[in-house]
Amino acid sequence: MDFKKETRILYCWIAQIGNLLLRSLWRLIHVIINLCYLTLGIAKAFESYLISWGILRRYKSLQVAKLRYLAIVVESKDACQTSKIIELLQWLADVGVKHVCLYDMEGILKKSKDFILEELDGAILFGEAYENNEIPDQAQMTLEFASFSDGKEAVAKAANVLFMKYLKSGATDQNQEEAIFTESQMAEALKTVGSGGPEPDLLLVYGPARCHLGFPAWRMRYTEIIHMGPLKSMKYGSLIKAIYKFTMVRQNYGK
Amino acid sequence: MTLHMEKGGISISARRFLWKLSYLQRKCIFSVLSVGRLPTHISFIMDGNRRYGEQRNLKEGAGHKAGYLALMLMVIYCCELGIKYITAYAFSIDNFKRGPDKVQYIMDLMLEKIELELSKKDSLFSRYGVKVHFSGNMELLSDPIKDAAKRLMVATANNSNTLLTVCFAYTSRNEILHAIQETCQEKLAQIQLQESISEGRISMCNPGQGNHVLKLADIEKHMYMAIAPDPDIIIRTSGENRLSNFLLWQSANSCLISFSQLWPGISCWHLVWAVLNFQRNHYYLEKKKKKQI
Repeated sequence: MDFKKETRILYCWIAQIGNLLLRSLWRLIHVIINLCYLTLGIAKAFESYLISWGILRRYKSLQVAKLRYLAIVVESKDACQTSKIIELLQWLADVGVKHVCLYDMEGILKKSKDFILEELDGAILFGEAYENNEIPDQAQMTLEFASFSDGKEAVAKAANVLFMKYLKSGATDQNQEEAIFTESQMAEALKTVGSGGPEPDLLLVYGPARCHLGFPAWRMRYTEIIHMGPLKSMKYGSLIKAIYKFTMVRQNYGK
Repeated sequence: MTLHMEKGGISISARRFLWKLSYLQRKCIFSVLSVGRLPTHISFIMDGNRRYGEQRNLKEGAGHKAGYLALMLMVIYCCELGIKYITAYAFSIDNFKRGPDKVQYIMDLMLEKIELELSKKDSLFSRYGVKVHFSGNMELLSDPIKDAAKRLMVATANNSNTLLTVCFAYTSRNEILHAIQETCQEKLAQIQLQESISEGRISMCNPGQGNHVLKLADIEKHMYMAIAPDPDIIIRTSGENRLSNFLLWQSANSCLISFSQLWPGISCWHLVWAVLNFQRNHYYLEKKKKKQI
């Protein structure tokens, strides 16, 4: 009996030591990964300074015309830093990006929109210029402000618009297997509820993780998503690099 | 298991030994990974099969066959790690734009693989307890594939370790429209029932005034992907940085990871790297999820 008890105690000790070893190994791996990311961050920062100073020649000529619509996703707690947002928008204006959608989950940017538009000379709200589902070709910069309510909640509102039209059309006796709504009807319904807008070609995420934080799903089919890191450490060179990489992408759109 | 080792010159016993060795190696690595929080749901955008075949001068379609093997291996690795939900983007509605012979090849491959799994007594799915579900607009598929898919879903219905969702003839936009359609038809049926009971007027509320007939929860329960929680990780191969109409609705708080490797070349190490990255960002993403709720 003593032998069995001692064996049990021994196994218990072995299990605890084993667990401790596993935990230590796991923490060590994560420390190494964090160091790797830190090193990578330093290298990227250095590269972005080289790009800003014009030393890396290939980034000098950007085909910005390919970037018709840009979205920027910002972590909501960083969205209060309106000076950073304005600086970012001024960089984009300097590069020649005309149409920008600013998104944060909680709608902080929406609350600051008047201030942001005031600070940016000549910028107007996108909705004023967006007609016939086409991105307008104009000299002024247009800004759109979006939040989580423009995503799933807007789809629910649009669904109600479609449902009402469906009921009023009297086509409720049709074969229930057939599609009754089309993508263009949905796009119109989203516009009706104030959440229509073009699909961004590129989406830049300023936050701790590469995650789009609920950007309107309907508008993101083929959008390139690039993670830029935290807003507080944004760099002009990194922005140029992200736009340059986008202009080099070739999409098949499923073909 | 002879999935990966089809080259001649290696005996069956040697293959079994190598497989067991790699299994032990994975067991050690996964034990370490399991110290941290593991994802519940991992999704894969299996991009690069055609390019894999072209780069290696393989015959037409061989890249997709290699891609299928890679998927089966990834399912095994996920099961060994204890992942409860796996989703794979096998065929998009946009892929119907490809040449008819290319589309037909993929359909034939899918049918062949389903029939193969159904014919085996000890299939991978039964051995690992994998329940298979097909998500997508199945009405766009031919009857033999629809029938085979249904039979595979029935055959694996009692498996309960892991749910493998194969998105076939799927796009997010189609999923959203389909969910809205189903919700509308359900709501219409309710209204017609109420009308027949009350013999009175149908009350229809103006959606613009906040009293919606269709609720967001009604739409979400009709999504193809309502059978699984939102993905924790979405992995895309071939170095592309877009979702291509995949899980757009469900990916608000998903960790998006892109590998430059083509899909048939994906390995266990890519999965390990993805999980480590998820663990790095886990607390942040959990906070975001809680805020949404």
